[in-house]
Amino acid sequence: MNHKEKKKILQEIGTYLTAVLIGVIVIIPFLWMLSTSFKSKGALMQIPVQWIPKEPSLDAYRTVFSRFPLLRAIGNSFLITGSYTVVTILSASMAAFAITKIKFPCAEGIFKLYLASMMIPTQVTLIPLFVIMNKLGLINTYPSVILPSLFRAFAVFMLVQQMRSIPNDFMEAARIDGAGIFRIYAKVIMPLTGSAIATLTVTTFMESWNDYLWPLLMLSDKNKMTLTLALNSLNGQYGTEYNLLMAGSLISMIPIIIIYACAQKYFKTGLMSGGVKG
Amino acid sequence: MKKRKLTIQALPFMLPSMLGMIIFSFLPIVISIVISLTDWNGLDKLNAQTMKECMVGLGNYSEILRSTEFWSVLWHTVYYIIFYIPLVLVMSLFIASILNKNMKGIGVFRVLYYIPVLTSWVAASLIWKWVLSPQYGIINQLLSYIGITGPNWLTDKVWAMPAIVLASVWKDMGFYGLFLLSGLKAIDVGYYEASRVDGAGKVRQFFSITLPLLTPSMFFCIIMALINAFQLFPQVQIMTEGGPNGATQVMVERIYTYGFKYFKMGYAAAYSWILFVIIFVLTLIQMKLQKRWVYYES
Repeated sequence: MNHKEKKKILQEIGTYLTAVLIGVIVIIPFLWMLSTSFKSKGALMQIPVQWIPKEPSLDAYRTVFSRFPLLRAIGNSFLITGSYTVVTILSASMAAFAITKIKFPCAEGIFKLYLASMMIPTQVTLIPLFVIMNKLGLINTYPSVILPSLFRAFAVFMLVQQMRSIPNDFMEAARIDGAGIFRIYAKVIMPLTGSAIATLTVTTFMESWNDYLWPLLMLSDKNKMTLTLALNSLNGQYGTEYNLLMAGSLISMIPIIIIYACAQKYFKTGLMSGGVKG
Repeated sequence: MKKRKLTIQALPFMLPSMLGMIIFSFLPIVISIVISLTDWNGLDKLNAQTMKECMVGLGNYSEILRSTEFWSVLWHTVYYIIFYIPLVLVMSLFIASILNKNMKGIGVFRVLYYIPVLTSWVAASLIWKWVLSPQYGIINQLLSYIGITGPNWLTDKVWAMPAIVLASVWKDMGFYGLFLLSGLKAIDVGYYEASRVDGAGKVRQFFSITLPLLTPSMFFCIIMALINAFQLFPQVQIMTEGGPNGATQVMVERIYTYGFKYFKMGYAAAYSWILFVIIFVLTLIQMKLQKRWVYYES
């Protein structure tokens, strides 16, 4: 018995050690970012490397905010990501509702078409989409980044799966009570799909918040940039002033980490169902 | 009559996503095919007339396939995959099996391992660019403690791609780790108990129970990782811009460069269709192969 317990304790210690080792690998770059962001320009290029800044300063943060409309970029990010997420959820849930619950004549065919479109990588539509946005005069406007959320096949797919599992009895009951089709959608089906919608909301938010290539092509105006783009353009302008870049990186991470901390439960389920990107 | 009523009922619900599909998916796909058959420069007006004038047939495709650049770009991706997939799988298996243990304080690690996943690639790339800085970065500093002079990483032809692999594994392992964790959680504890009675040790259990029962999750991870590998972009764009000397050029980076830097739209569009074919074929092969080695509990 004693021997067995010993073995168990040793195993636990081994697990903790591995956990800490991987944790150290994960966290070192972030600590380095944190430490660098509090350095002055001169302290950046000192050898040997200062692990902890000898004279910590807030210069980098001050400079980043004064040289770049960073607060504005944070606002833009929230505006774009928020709208993107809301439009995705509304459009996808409406389509999923029509496909699963109204069952109009070519519902299955349209659903298959949606699924097939998931096979096409986004890079294929990059150039023509750029041309279309240009023709619509939408380049350098928020809608150019938000509007593509109208059609997100993966979101429709996920919600169709979910809504199929809702028994039709609920609809019949509501219909007998005299509810119209819009009421049924908003008051019966949507609440019953709640957890899938919550999951989709967090994963869509995260994807849109961190999106890079499409916003990069669409938004070149400094005042319209998202946080990711602002960071990218900081890199272009002050490519060697890493204290500024690290301060900017840190700032860009804060909102998404807060959201993660609040909605961790939905991230977990999102991981299991939302693994494949559209 | 009833059918018509249903269609009218469904219409307002389908309208937003159908419009979205036509404008942002269907139409672009068609236009992309047409553009890929031309040498359109992106500046002339895009209409039937100009398309006809700059039509080159399959010229772009054959030019790409005959260029040495394309094959080296493809090789870079394969090279990336050879290192990235085994590394990220091993690391995420470790993460999954750690998080699967019911021990005090494990929850902290769960959050910690996921932070790189939450970080945008722009921020992560900048952090890694600085971590890998030859003189002032911490990796080479750490290496110097054990008497190794670190390479110039991102500006060294040999080390640039491994550096990108390193950063990518660091960023993605939490994602695949938590994914595999959900696979581990689904394994029936009864198997372990039964095998313990039969006298199987931990190692034997891992290879005879855990690994076979985890193959569906691992299969899914590999498909995702492969598809993502061919779409490698932000980290390359920010960390090396395809350099040094083209050593980290990859497909999406080429599409971006040809399309939006050189305005060779036709060439870039053709590139994107070749990318599509590669991803499509890979998915098909994976689907076929999975029957051979993926174990599904019936």
